[in-house]
Amino acid sequence: MSAKVEHHPETLIQGNPKFSSVTQHISQIVEDKTKMGWILLFGLSASILMMLLGAVGYLLFEGIGIWGNNQPVSWAFDIVNFVFWVGIGHAGTLISAILFLFRQKWRTSINRFAEAMTIFAVICALLFPSIHVGRAWLLYWVMPLPNQMAMWPNFRSPLLWDMFAVGTYFTCSLLFWYVGLIPDLATLRDRATTKIRKIAYGIFALGWHGGNTQWKHYELAYLILAGISTPLVLSVHSIVSTDFATSVLPGWHTTIFPPYFVAGAIFSGFAMVMTLALIARKIYKLENYITLNHLEKMNKIMLVTGMMVGYSYGCEFFVAWYSSNPYEQFAFINRAFGPYWWAYWTMITCNVVVPQLFWSKKLRTNLAVMFVVSILINVGMWFERFVILLTLTRDFLPSSWGWYWPTIWDGMTMVGSFGLFFTLFLLFLRFLPMISMAEVKNVLPQADPHYHVADDHNADKSVKPHPKPGIEPGTAMGGAGL
Amino acid sequence: MSQIFPQWTNKLPAVLLAAVLVFGAGGVGFLWYYGSPKYTDVGYRPTQPVPFSHKLHAGDLGMDCRYCHSNIERSAIANVPATQTCMNCHTLVLPQSEKLIAVRESWATGKPIEWVNVHLLPQYAYFNHSLHLNAGIGCISCHGNIAEMEKVQQMQPLSMSWCLDCHRNPDPHLRPVDQVTNMNYAPPADQAAFAERVKEEKKLNPTQDCSGCHR
Repeated sequence: MSAKVEHHPETLIQGNPKFSSVTQHISQIVEDKTKMGWILLFGLSASILMMLLGAVGYLLFEGIGIWGNNQPVSWAFDIVNFVFWVGIGHAGTLISAILFLFRQKWRTSINRFAEAMTIFAVICALLFPSIHVGRAWLLYWVMPLPNQMAMWPNFRSPLLWDMFAVGTYFTCSLLFWYVGLIPDLATLRDRATTKIRKIAYGIFALGWHGGNTQWKHYELAYLILAGISTPLVLSVHSIVSTDFATSVLPGWHTTIFPPYFVAGAIFSGFAMVMTLALIARKIYKLENYITLNHLEKMNKIMLVTGMMVGYSYGCEFFVAWYSSNPYEQFAFINRAFGPYWWAYWTMITCNVVVPQLFWSKKLRTNLAVMFVVSILINVGMWFERFVILLTLTRDFLPSSWGWYWPTIWDGMTMVGSFGLFFTLFLLFLRFLPMISMAEVKNVLPQADPHYHVADDHNADKSVKPHPKPGIEPGTAMGGAGL
Repeated sequence: MSQIFPQWTNKLPAVLLAAVLVFGAGGVGFLWYYGSPKYTDVGYRPTQPVPFSHKLHAGDLGMDCRYCHSNIERSAIANVPATQTCMNCHTLVLPQSEKLIAVRESWATGKPIEWVNVHLLPQYAYFNHSLHLNAGIGCISCHGNIAEMEKVQQMQPLSMSWCLDCHRNPDPHLRPVDQVTNMNYAPPADQAAFAERVKEEKKLNPTQDCSGCHR
């Protein structure tokens, strides 16, 4: 980076771009010819997606028996993967809604694709309960629709709460993402050179022309959606945790589950954002937008939420001991030293031990380290759900103890869900602006109304003023974000 | 900047909204009416192999249902009479009738007449016919006024919500057990009190659990 940046550590976007060069840089990613690397990655993801379709097709044809689920482990990879993917989604909502309300301006560089990641993760998540019901064609039974069977969903069942929670979450996230996209879609429409692009972006831009009234309405709508989404960050995974916590199984029936799940969800979500951000910024040369500053902040969040998760693991053991409940105590000792000890210690290593590296500034600003750590965290968070599930293998009666091992179909469905996720994500990278141009312009120093007079009013004369870039006079989009 | 879309597209959102509302409501209404067993199942009136008239036998001649359907009070499954039951009378009454050729043939060969089942309950729904009669539910409640039917047809939807309607409130349908086959039974003025008494005496508690019927 140039010396200019050194003088202004507060600067969120480096390289001192002009408004027009932001538009140019981000739009070009979408407008350039398709790169070979993208085609290869897309081919790979789409092939894995085909495997998922095959596995799900065979499941619908043959039934749930093809999976490894069996008493006493009556649900397995389906719930593990569901919770895993829903959790991943949480970072997007946290970044887009909570950080927005707290005026954390650094979010602007990462919120667009974090939100996209949320939506695709929730799609992957929704797949699992939908096929877990066995008769997927009767899925509409979970909805309270009047019908000639006089059948009504069981409102005391957390699985029904799941349906509402995740459904609301998906709808709100999608709306939030789309509303945020509108100004950028209009930019792409205005820059489009072919008829098809003009029409396609034109339809989704909803006639946006960047007028004052439109911005006023837009910002209010965005604020309201942020307000609606904020409680969802906490509520969705709390409700998912009640799938477990409302049962009377030792090890599951604990009040710590909702906060513990929410912390874990944000933890894994940020790890996933990190993995994707590191790859995207390298391939599309976005180092000026997603700076080391952004990455370091995300690493700090991971450190904090990782500690919360670690605290929860400890707290579970403490409460098991303190409760003097032999079943509760056995459940946890069995987790750590039973037949699945390796899953437990993988979880502890990845979720609690590894993130401690981020105490060191040197390590948390090292790209290679954070890439590896972010992947390990997601491995660990997957194992967390797996470990929780395996509580089922040994409950009250030793005579009904069992064992769980996935079948090839479990594995294909799980791996396939990554194919679905990456296929959607690659399509997003190719056809939509992955960084919010309008919002990034907002945090550029030139966007400050006092920018031009900053020299005179700046009390601290030791700070060198920004070199003034030329500001584009307002084209339809040039002033976007002001 | 040139316009991409012609001006009429400004009206598109309103038109789409109206279309979604109209077709949405229309679709729901269509399924609600035409998809219901009240439409698809009620009125099912198959042609039987023998043109047997319930109106003549149960109505005009006043025969009791249980003369032919002899096990309905004792069996979980309501029985269709054997050919021999028909021939109890028809060896003497109209022994040469053309309408009865199939009956005499069955009698001679011992091969049962293949009556067509009118009231089809799904196999996953457990239903005990005798329980309902002994509780005091009249034939007419489910089968309609058979004594007036030339050709028997389904009168009730037999849907799950229809079953539950009665399981939740059986009171209007209860009558003394010796009156269950009576098609002209008039309920007493104090039907509510009567129903309470019957439920008390027989400890009637119609199930609403899933496993009550889906065993």
